[in-house]
Amino acid sequence: MRSNRLVMGFYLLFLLIPIYWLLMMSLKTNTEILSSGITFVPKVPTLANYKTIFTDPSWYMGYVNSLIYVLINTVLAISVALPAAYAFSRYHFLGDKHLFFWFLTNRMAPPAVFALPFFNLYSAIGLFNTHWAVALAHCIFNVPLAIWILEGFMSGVPREIDETAYLDGYGFFRFFFKIFTPLIASGIGVAAFFCFMFSWVELLMARTLTNNMAISSIMTRTASAAGMDWGVLAAAGILTLVPGVLVIWFVRDYIAKGFALGRV
Amino acid sequence: MVKPQNNRAWLLVLPAFLLVAFNAIIPLMTVVNYSVQDSFGNNEFFWNGVGWYKELLDPATQLGERFYASLARNLLYSALVILIEVPLGIAVALAMPKKGWTVAACLIILALPLLIPWNVVGTIWQIFAREDIGLLGSFVNKTLHIDYNYTSGVLSAWATIIAMDVWHWTSLIALLCYAGLKSIPDNFYQAARIDGASRWAIFRNIELPKLRRVLLIGVLLRFMDSFMVYTEPFVVTGGGPGNSTTVLSIDLVKIALGQFDIGKAAAMSIVYNLIVLAVCWIFYTVMTQVDAEDKAEGRS
Repeated sequence: MRSNRLVMGFYLLFLLIPIYWLLMMSLKTNTEILSSGITFVPKVPTLANYKTIFTDPSWYMGYVNSLIYVLINTVLAISVALPAAYAFSRYHFLGDKHLFFWFLTNRMAPPAVFALPFFNLYSAIGLFNTHWAVALAHCIFNVPLAIWILEGFMSGVPREIDETAYLDGYGFFRFFFKIFTPLIASGIGVAAFFCFMFSWVELLMARTLTNNMAISSIMTRTASAAGMDWGVLAAAGILTLVPGVLVIWFVRDYIAKGFALGRV
Repeated sequence: MVKPQNNRAWLLVLPAFLLVAFNAIIPLMTVVNYSVQDSFGNNEFFWNGVGWYKELLDPATQLGERFYASLARNLLYSALVILIEVPLGIAVALAMPKKGWTVAACLIILALPLLIPWNVVGTIWQIFAREDIGLLGSFVNKTLHIDYNYTSGVLSAWATIIAMDVWHWTSLIALLCYAGLKSIPDNFYQAARIDGASRWAIFRNIELPKLRRVLLIGVLLRFMDSFMVYTEPFVVTGGGPGNSTTVLSIDLVKIALGQFDIGKAAAMSIVYNLIVLAVCWIFYTVMTQVDAEDKAEGRS
């Protein structure tokens, strides 16, 4: 058991050190970063980098914009995936296996392939540079993922429950929302977590479909400018961790099952 | 349990189908359309047939050479990350504490890298590995006295992006395996203990078979995501030094959005997508087979 603790300890250290380094960078001034070599804690801790972000709308609106499209995407993906996953878990229908495979391939499709045609498509329908463009575009990988996860959770609910409810005179909608949805509430939570996660971390589509609206693209703009502002970049990076940490905290009990896509 | 046949179920799938089709089929048609045309600018296009495809798939041409080089680099990248992440992920999953508050703490820290925006993962490693301001970079250079600079050395650049991927994604394999291990009933272990089975025998005969399924999902996800990796190496190395870390997606974006060679980029996209489709199909077939076997043996 001691060797287990050793493996785990080393691995967690490996995960945390780069993040710790980013945190320390964000608390240093640029002069200290560039001139005083490697120091494990800032000599003169400063919150100036964070202040820059919180006082400049072109910075802090990036977080707001990203959160808006991520939330739209999550709600949209879950609401279309719920009935679809129910159909896959309960019925055989014409072409079901092929359809499921087709969904799966869209989860795997490289965003680089879609960057340019998405730009054309969303410009053509007048959604370029809106939250909806990114939210809809991210559905290409989040809807298949949500169906996949939810189908796994739904298949764990015995079908006798459906049949009993129908015999008791429940209509489909009343059954689905009153009885079935609460039974797979943890599955919905896990699926929402994954949609949030994959939409939050994606850069290429968000950057192609907007003019520096998402926080991720605002950060690359800074990174490519001459004379890097390392301190502000690090502070911006640290702030992007906050939503993720909050979300993990809420789903921590289901996280393992969710990662197995509900199939364990 | 046999599912009833009911074609009205299509109505339930329809919203999801339309939403994904809007995003997948229309853009894909655009790409196919571009891939058979050439342009001299000014939005004037003329028919080029399969010309771009021929050029792309012929290693003697400049485009073909470039494509095969990126493909080879991408396959190497995928192979390396899978070979490192799968055993490491299993080891971490086996080392997870069994109960107490440490379980939740470990899970949260494990999941942390997965929720960091990909460009921030790039930024973290860009800063961490720089030889002037980064802890790792200066440690390797000044303490270990190894020449390490990811912007100029090919080997350093590769070591950096592989380490970054391991840092970023090993947790996925670990969490998958942890979920798989959790589903093994305690009496399996008790029986093994009574039989006096060694640690290795327990792993080989009890744990590994249970992990087969989740590992398949894990390898599929890791292969696909590493095969379309773009943001992280782009932020750290930008595909350099030279072209040494230019993987398929980076190359594709360079051709499409950098040089605006839309015909070439489109042909490359289609071939890229077909490879993804083929690999997906293989995994899907294997996965359904494993499911069927599990069911037949009454294990699922």
